[in-house]
Amino acid sequence: MKLHEHQGKQLLVRYGVPVPIGVPAFSIAEADAAIDEVLTKSGGSVVVVKAQIHAGGRGKGGGVKVAKDATIARAAARKIFGMQLITLQTGPEGKKVGRLLIEQGLDIAREIYVALTLDRATGRIVVMASAEGGMDIEEVAASHPEKILRQPIHPATGWLPYQARDLAKQLDLDGDAAKGFVPFMAALVRAYVELDCSLLEVNPLVITKAGTLVALDAKITLDDNALFRHKDLEELRDPTEEDPAEVEARKYDLSYIALDGKIGCMVNGAGLAMATMDIIKHYGGEPANFLDVGGGATTEKVTAAFKIITSDPQVRGIFVNIFGGIMKCDTIANGVLVAVREVGLEVPLVVRLEGTNVELGRKILAESGLNVVPASDMADGARKIVELSR
Amino acid sequence: MSILCNKNTRLIVQGITGSAGGYHARQMREYGTNLVGGVTPGRGGPQTKVDGLDGVPVFDTCREAVAQTGCNATVIYVPPPGAADAIMEAAAAGIDLIICITEGVPTNDMIRVKTFLAAYHPKKVLVGPNCPGVITPGECKIGIMPGYIHKPGSVGVVSRSGTLTYEAVDQLTKLGLGQSTAVGIGGDPVKGLDFIDVLTHFAEDPGTTAIMMIGEIGGSSEEEAAAFVRDHVRKPVAAFIGGATAPPGKRMGHAGAIISGGKGTAAEKVAALEAAGIKVARTPAEMGTTLASLL
Repeated sequence: MKLHEHQGKQLLVRYGVPVPIGVPAFSIAEADAAIDEVLTKSGGSVVVVKAQIHAGGRGKGGGVKVAKDATIARAAARKIFGMQLITLQTGPEGKKVGRLLIEQGLDIAREIYVALTLDRATGRIVVMASAEGGMDIEEVAASHPEKILRQPIHPATGWLPYQARDLAKQLDLDGDAAKGFVPFMAALVRAYVELDCSLLEVNPLVITKAGTLVALDAKITLDDNALFRHKDLEELRDPTEEDPAEVEARKYDLSYIALDGKIGCMVNGAGLAMATMDIIKHYGGEPANFLDVGGGATTEKVTAAFKIITSDPQVRGIFVNIFGGIMKCDTIANGVLVAVREVGLEVPLVVRLEGTNVELGRKILAESGLNVVPASDMADGARKIVELSR
Repeated sequence: MSILCNKNTRLIVQGITGSAGGYHARQMREYGTNLVGGVTPGRGGPQTKVDGLDGVPVFDTCREAVAQTGCNATVIYVPPPGAADAIMEAAAAGIDLIICITEGVPTNDMIRVKTFLAAYHPKKVLVGPNCPGVITPGECKIGIMPGYIHKPGSVGVVSRSGTLTYEAVDQLTKLGLGQSTAVGIGGDPVKGLDFIDVLTHFAEDPGTTAIMMIGEIGGSSEEEAAAFVRDHVRKPVAAFIGGATAPPGKRMGHAGAIISGGKGTAAEKVAALEAAGIKVARTPAEMGTTLASLL
């Protein structure tokens, strides 16, 4: 689950990570009040108006404005709030800005990059840092990989102070900044571990002209598998950032991702679901979605999945591809029947069933009187649905 | 011959009194697996009866199960909050092969498990979590795969996916190609056996004459496996990589892209595999025929 910058910063403060004085705003009126509040609290004249969306590259996309006074800030808030913000990470359709973060402006001496994430190759959390902070970090990583410093966190010892000193030295930090880097990193690592993050990125981490370290941005992604022990974090979910169909799918514990094509897919297992998309494309079709109904699906879940697929107006045909293991083929067949009786079936439906209780599942569909086109295998099914949905 | 499990394997089920644990315990016993007991904390003792599993004793702890049954393998159906603990309990009790089916184990829990195993139980073998399990056809089924699609033979199958493994096995069986052992290593980022570990076993197993490997986008273990096959495996290997057409996720932040260093797309994996002399199936419907073409 992704968090907004303002949510991430509120969590980091709990762990003692310094962040700028800031107030989130969910309307223009709130933004105006927030601008006054931040100016009063900070005692300065500069505020920064930042669009809050789940994507990076906001600055280049026009979603961040440094305002020299309150009047300029209010104008910036009016411009950014409600805009369709397009960045390199949002895709061409962009994202509508529904909340802002109003922050104090800082006297920045330097910007560096710090991030924590899982290194799959070693199975350990790794701290990455680079002296080249700011907006072009991926280019730095691609063209000068040696400029990305790495320190793995040993699970038995946890993060150690020497690792922070080592990084500080290589980042050319000195004086107060070097000294402050040790507790800063300790707090950051503790936040990552205790919140069960899968990503914690501070880009940039700024060194102010006074020599203090401040997290100027915070991108946090939480490990969905660990949310069961962080019930309080669940309320930070922003449903407006998600496709409504994906929100609906999650209610039923379905894994659904909307795509641009015309062929709706219902598959069990993520690997088979991806492979099904691959083979549809191979035969010249375009999948309308990725949908993994999971292992332990019930008739109710299958029905919900079918409804989600048919609610997509783009869908011109549906391919159900099931290889039953835990999932029984008769459960799938019954779920499809219930759904079709409720919502009707306006488009061709090709069903390929294999695995546990396959004969029973095929029999249920064959005797249903529905216009279901059976497929003998994956390739046969893909060919048929591509043909029928033209 | 086979790897990891065979007719001499003595299996227990952790979480045997749960609905998934009980259901699959019955399925495994029906297949012929030597199921010698189960563990559910707080439910041990003769008063606990699991439907359809008469004569299978239930214990409170793995330590008791080992002492009473001499089990040497366990399969875990414990829900996510307790799964990591169940793995470590099994290792500490001395069980050699630990297969964790549970889906949704927190990553930080698995980091702890891996560290624990490496430090204190380096010889114990963990498969999973979030995997379909391991089957040596005709001898021993440990996990959730449908047994009947398998056939004893000499193709070793290793896969990151569950249902895509069944797909591959089914294609092989329909072509008359049986399997020595099929191993689902699971798709989680921090897990037990990886491709290279399983390939090592298959390379050494005289009963395995060819290998089918099924990977997917993300991570770099397919690339590492390709290098390993090039240098160490003298048996024919066929592969498939799922997710060639998956859209790039709507990303946030840069760390994921930086850490993977440009590895992980299907095209890069296919190129690495082909450069290592592995034949890669063009579509998931051609996994079986691709392997057959090498024989």
